[in-house]
Amino acid sequence: MEEKDIHSELASIRSLMERSSKFLSLSGFSGVMAGIYALIGAFIGYRIVNEKYGSLAISDSYTDNSMIYHQLIMIAVLILLLSVTSGLLLSIRQAKKKGENYWNPVSRRLISSMLIPLFTGGLFIIILFLRLEYDLIASACLIFYGLSLISASQYTFSDVKWLGFCQIILGLLAALIPASGPLFWVIGFGLLHIIYGTVMHFKYNR
Amino acid sequence: MKTSLEQFDKAFENRIRLQIMSVLLANEHYDFISLKDLLDVTDGNLASHIKALEKEEYIIVNKTFIGKKPNTQYSVSEKGRKAFIKHLEALENLIKQQKH
Repeated sequence: MEEKDIHSELASIRSLMERSSKFLSLSGFSGVMAGIYALIGAFIGYRIVNEKYGSLAISDSYTDNSMIYHQLIMIAVLILLLSVTSGLLLSIRQAKKKGENYWNPVSRRLISSMLIPLFTGGLFIIILFLRLEYDLIASACLIFYGLSLISASQYTFSDVKWLGFCQIILGLLAALIPASGPLFWVIGFGLLHIIYGTVMHFKYNR
Repeated sequence: MKTSLEQFDKAFENRIRLQIMSVLLANEHYDFISLKDLLDVTDGNLASHIKALEKEEYIIVNKTFIGKKPNTQYSVSEKGRKAFIKHLEALENLIKQQKH
């Protein structure tokens, strides 16, 4: 056997081991999109609060108005749906471009590993909402999202883990500092997504 | 060196068999259709290589049904894992020897 053949054999083994156990078509650009949606959503949310109270002030000052909270939650849900849709569509496109089947054992594992923390977090946030504990909602969003990213990172680029750690830290800070929820929410879902997406796009999607 | 050639496992002479083993080493288990998709081979081709690996007792076959559809999962056996690692070491040794 030629040395060249052995090298190509080893390279093919390595690539196959990686491709079969990690979903590598995750779109970086969809991260940027999610960040932009979050920023737009935050801006609209800011306008709603600002119109009513004249300033963003302290979130305690508008906890008495659940109407505003309903509107803010609607915006957040819309951002979530848009982000998930973009993420799925762009990743599917990426996989197709590489000639891969996007619905494979790894992508299934990736999704189910994300869903458990996300679903738990979703229920927890609904409970917070029902108990009128609005102050901790932004923090809970960040923490559970961070956990789901860390859990998903074993089935895709390991960089995702670092995004997860950052979201958890922001979530904890948001819980620690009173009325800072919206600010950390914007940093986590807006800014971090844009930075992460840009890095991933240039690192992996050429 | 000629000796290292003897370390090569006959079962892995075929590239597809080596690829099947690579996938099973990296994953707890893998099903037939996904394996076929990943390796880009025909049903018959994959089945025959799987049969060969099964005969060597390198892989474990687990046949189940999801509804009425058969779902066959494959995983690597301890014997298969050892054989694969030994084969990789033989490949690496060969590279080292050729460098001298």
